[in-house]
Amino acid sequence: MIVMRERSIVPGVVLLFLAAWFGFAVALAKHYGLDVSLGVSTGLQAAIAALAGISGAIYFLLSDNLGPSLKAAQLLVVLGICCFLLGSWYGLFVAPPETYMGQVQRIMYVHVPTAWNALLAITFGFVAAVVFLFRSDWKWDARLEASIEVGVLLCFLLCCQGAIWAKPTWGVWWDWDPRLTTTAVLLFAFLGILALRRFVEDPLRRAVWSAVATIIAYVDVPIVYFSVKWWNSLHQQQSSPQTVSSQFYLPLRMNAFGVLFIMTGFIMLRSRIARERVEQELAPPLPVQGEMQEAV
Amino acid sequence: MIAMLRKELLLQWRTRAQFMAVFVFGAASLLLFSFAIGPNAAALRTFSAGFLWLGLLLSSTLTLSESFHAEMENRALEGLLLLPTSPRAIYYAKAIANWLQLAALGFALVPVMVVLYDAGATDVGKLMLTILLGSAGLAAPGTLYAAMTAQLRAKQTLLPLLFFPLIVPALLASVKATSLAVLGDPMEQGRSWLTLLLAFVAIYWSLCGLLFGRVVEE
Amino acid sequence: MEFAVDVRGVSRRYGRRWALADVSLRVPAGSVAMITGANGSGKSTLLRILATAIRPDLGTALVGGFDVTKEREDVRRVTALLSHYSYLYEALSARENLNVGPALSRPGIDAGPAESRPYISLLLERVGLSARADDPVATYSAGMRKRLSFARVLAQNASIVLLDEPYGQLDPEGFRLVDEVVEELRGKATIIMATHQVERVGKFADVRVELEQGRVR
Repeated sequence: MIVMRERSIVPGVVLLFLAAWFGFAVALAKHYGLDVSLGVSTGLQAAIAALAGISGAIYFLLSDNLGPSLKAAQLLVVLGICCFLLGSWYGLFVAPPETYMGQVQRIMYVHVPTAWNALLAITFGFVAAVVFLFRSDWKWDARLEASIEVGVLLCFLLCCQGAIWAKPTWGVWWDWDPRLTTTAVLLFAFLGILALRRFVEDPLRRAVWSAVATIIAYVDVPIVYFSVKWWNSLHQQQSSPQTVSSQFYLPLRMNAFGVLFIMTGFIMLRSRIARERVEQELAPPLPVQGEMQEAV
Repeated sequence: MIAMLRKELLLQWRTRAQFMAVFVFGAASLLLFSFAIGPNAAALRTFSAGFLWLGLLLSSTLTLSESFHAEMENRALEGLLLLPTSPRAIYYAKAIANWLQLAALGFALVPVMVVLYDAGATDVGKLMLTILLGSAGLAAPGTLYAAMTAQLRAKQTLLPLLFFPLIVPALLASVKATSLAVLGDPMEQGRSWLTLLLAFVAIYWSLCGLLFGRVVEE
Repeated sequence: MEFAVDVRGVSRRYGRRWALADVSLRVPAGSVAMITGANGSGKSTLLRILATAIRPDLGTALVGGFDVTKEREDVRRVTALLSHYSYLYEALSARENLNVGPALSRPGIDAGPAESRPYISLLLERVGLSARADDPVATYSAGMRKRLSFARVLAQNASIVLLDEPYGQLDPEGFRLVDEVVEELRGKATIIMATHQVERVGKFADVRVELEQGRVR
């Protein structure tokens, strides 16, 4: 049964504002000679930004069963797109080219944010899976479905970005970098889980099985990462797409928040869709005595 | 659980013709792999470990899905669940039986590998250990997924789809360890790969045992 | 608790169809309950819920004092189900089939094959399968499978016995077997039987329930 609870979007907005402020607004202002850091040191700023950003995102993700949440999700997506466009403009045109890799390195401004967010999405999926197995509450199954879909999308983008980076740098489309290879394995694993969901008709079974499969796949992630890293290190030493040096983190941060907002908005919307679909599948109420068995 | 294990082994023994068929499938795939490379003895020898494990992996999908066939025929699995026995016991009995069958398959394919790829092992003990650990790594998640997919229409396609990405670490480690056993291991790396395999086996045998109950509950 | 089985408002759907709708009934301990109804009226579904093979979507049921949703392990300890699924392994013989699980559920008996064998032989004799006890089940006729499933149920020594059409596929000998077993168990165990043999069972049933389209008539 859906229980529509009124929950204010204010705490979430405050958290995200805080995150954005310390995440990139301070740095942006500094770029123009203004100091709005309120005396907080850079290290602390980064920490506040990360924590506030993630908590804000979680706050919104957990309030997807609200009446007005559709607006919040849409707002998040729009905001995210704005941040992302701004960050990308900075990354493409304003930030200077990197010393060793030149212009190609600019893809890092998109690649790294996508990577962080893909991991976040998948982790949220894992959490949803565990909570669902304990609570058997349908909204967690909906969140599982949503976050896995978004996670798969982000992983796919990661692989494409990795290939785009590798071709001009190394001349090959794929360089077996541990992180990218793990992403590819992750992509296939979660695609498999999405396929599993398609083939199981009973909603409860589908939910339990995908939760179990998600837990198993997620536990595998660190194992895959380490084994590929080991495996690869025995062959050529290839440098992987490095994170940018700290002076140019501004576009990175902006894009990170951009993608975070977009992703959160998407997961919220998708999760609502999944909820409504499940409600459709679960049977209508019992027919009154004497009426036809087949519900209309 | 011992009784169940006995039943599993009995079932396997009764259907041993199937084991032969899967073995032939495995051996045939090893043959096909060599056609993919060409009659280059050195290359074949280098990749022999990979071929062995690929062949074993492909055959394992057959073995694993078969392992639940008898349970689904007359809904015997439901019958077992309705008895006051723990689903965990059912899982471990099946997983152990599958493990033994896969290990046997692995051991049977080794001579094929030796003959086709001229890949005699310098360290036989390590090779045996690798096969034992590697098949254990395949058996644990494989049994869980086989239980899931046995109840679906699209069982043939879903099992490999779910199973293959998951066992990448086990595959990597097994191939590496086998290859070192065959080609020589000057830097004593084999042990670290086997440790990785052991970790994988430990994690998945416990995790899948815990989750099996939820998978088969109606 | 005086009632061995207490069903309250149980409903169960398959897809968009309700197989059971708001079913309530109570069966006193030690009595024989007969559930009748046309094909598809929900008899098997009800028995399966009582055995905890499936969960009810709505309502609760207490079997032997235990809740079928929350205390499944306990319910399974006290019930035995004869279903239309035979729960048999085709490749194994009758003796081996009985040795698998039911042997385990007998209290205080370690399920080593040596200990169970005499008991199993006795059971097989009771149901008339001694002659073919060591042949694989795949060679059995439908009636023989039914007898073996029956033996399987008896092996569990349950206090609540759920029988889904026990007379199905049996010859007149078999009918007598079922009658005898029910007579033996009566008073010691609670028997709930779904059947079409209304006259035959009606003679000794204490509780009668008729289902129609998933509802109690």
